[in-house]
Amino acid sequence: MSNKILVILEQREGKLKRSGFEAASTALGLAKDLNSSVEAVVVGDSISNINEISKYGIQKVTHLKNSDLANYSSSGYTDSIVNFTKNDFDIIILSNTALGKDLAPRLSVRLNAACIVDCIKLNVSGNEMTFTRPIYAGKALVDVKLLSDKKVITLRPNVFKAQIVEGTFPAEIVVKEIADVNLKSRVTSFIKSEGKLDVAEADIIVSGGRGMKGPENFHLVEELAESLGAAVGASRAVVDAGWRPHNEQVGQTGKTVSPSLYVACGISGAIQHLAGMSSSKYIVAINKDKDAPIFNVADYGITGDLFEILPALTAEINKLKQS
Amino acid sequence: MKLVACVSNVPDTATRVKVGSNGKSIDPTGVTYIINPYDEYAVEEALKIKEKIGTGEVIVVSLGGDNNKETIRKALAMGADSGILLKDEQPRDSFGIAKALAEEIKNQGAQLVFMGKQSVDYDNSIVGQMTAELLDYNCVPICVKFEMNGEKIIAEREIEGGREIIETSLPCIITCQKGLNEPRYASLKGIMAAKKKTIEEKPAASFTPGTEVIKMQLPPGKQPGRIIGSDASAVPELVRLLKEEAKVI
Repeated sequence: MSNKILVILEQREGKLKRSGFEAASTALGLAKDLNSSVEAVVVGDSISNINEISKYGIQKVTHLKNSDLANYSSSGYTDSIVNFTKNDFDIIILSNTALGKDLAPRLSVRLNAACIVDCIKLNVSGNEMTFTRPIYAGKALVDVKLLSDKKVITLRPNVFKAQIVEGTFPAEIVVKEIADVNLKSRVTSFIKSEGKLDVAEADIIVSGGRGMKGPENFHLVEELAESLGAAVGASRAVVDAGWRPHNEQVGQTGKTVSPSLYVACGISGAIQHLAGMSSSKYIVAINKDKDAPIFNVADYGITGDLFEILPALTAEINKLKQS
Repeated sequence: MKLVACVSNVPDTATRVKVGSNGKSIDPTGVTYIINPYDEYAVEEALKIKEKIGTGEVIVVSLGGDNNKETIRKALAMGADSGILLKDEQPRDSFGIAKALAEEIKNQGAQLVFMGKQSVDYDNSIVGQMTAELLDYNCVPICVKFEMNGEKIIAEREIEGGREIIETSLPCIITCQKGLNEPRYASLKGIMAAKKKTIEEKPAASFTPGTEVIKMQLPPGKQPGRIIGSDASAVPELVRLLKEEAKVI
């Protein structure tokens, strides 16, 4: 077994996504530990910034190309990648994005490879590898061993660093035209969410809970988010009440997030919510109930009236940004 | 038309997770098990499709031990027609679950299958896609809107920053996300009727596991931080801390 690694990069609208660079850097680190090599592959039509992968130290990338592959197609992408990898790679690494999450289990079955998703840590000791991932929305962690030589691994976005390698050469780009694309299942269009940023991808999140008292007051959360360049999140209570769309929900039956800053406004901190956000780097809680469980995980808290505090905070941030 | 809805039982989301004595799985003492919340959307969608077509049968399939019967009954009380328990008292990895489900879906000849987008215990979100690959079915994971016209399917799935519209066809597996529908409550009549419906038990198909949990642990606990103040006068200090200490703004 050569432990040869394949990184699957992701493009959207003809541009490589950052999460793929994180996977590339992680793969290179792993290759060093295992004394093996890394190649990358990307599926799509034209990709404007494909050269950018060179900066991260990848020396060969294969572009599986067809205009029918511009948008994601689970059948088309799976077939193309399976045909490309054949038996040439032992470890396949992807980012745990919507696309990675869809593709990884399919590749695992088709290539007879064991599959582990949403890893936050790879542990290598000699030739032994284990993978750490959160379960119960982050209430616990497990270390998992994969029992087959072939492995498919997805990495939680924003956890692993994309590292620019100095003094690299432009990567060799091999374009392979895909003749017959299997379009049994394909994406025909994309509807952008109304919110500007998705909680799953945001570096800063401002979330509102029941303490906001009604959907009409959420402009306070939105304005603060706007000033910080943050995504708007919500607790389950306000989503279930219909105040906010479900794609904003953070917690065990919503999204698990780990931004660098999470601002919880009027959120008491039910255990399901805490599970989904307590791995955030910094947490700010604003709540008038000083006994609210959210203060047990918050780095900074203000116990007071958010209708007074939020506008003041937004103004202060705006002042800072202008200075 | 035979419709399959897959359900699993999971610890109530309010559970405070403790590590069991084996160091590898949850301590089940005092844990209440519920139907996996996302599976309720799966049962609801199957029932809706049956009602829309005006004919057909909704079969609930679950993998696990005798405890799962209660979960199957819950789906039967919502209106599903019959249940199948694929018995295996040992926990399985995603591939093992997919193998058992695929085998039974094939047995049933079901062309349309719904299941939750993930179970809220192991959070893998891969069983649907694996099952589909084993059966050579199409699969739309994390579905928030589903429409079927004859064999043709138009579905929406949630991805970063929006929704993808997907065109595909039967046979198909749909993994269900919050927002797809509003699961109905079981009526008293439904609960009574469920008691009379059959739950067939059979051994789950065997498999070779791909993964092994070697250790489970709780994440490092977070220390409570500082309360900076109790009104808007604390705001400048908060902003200073975020900028100078946390360096996140």
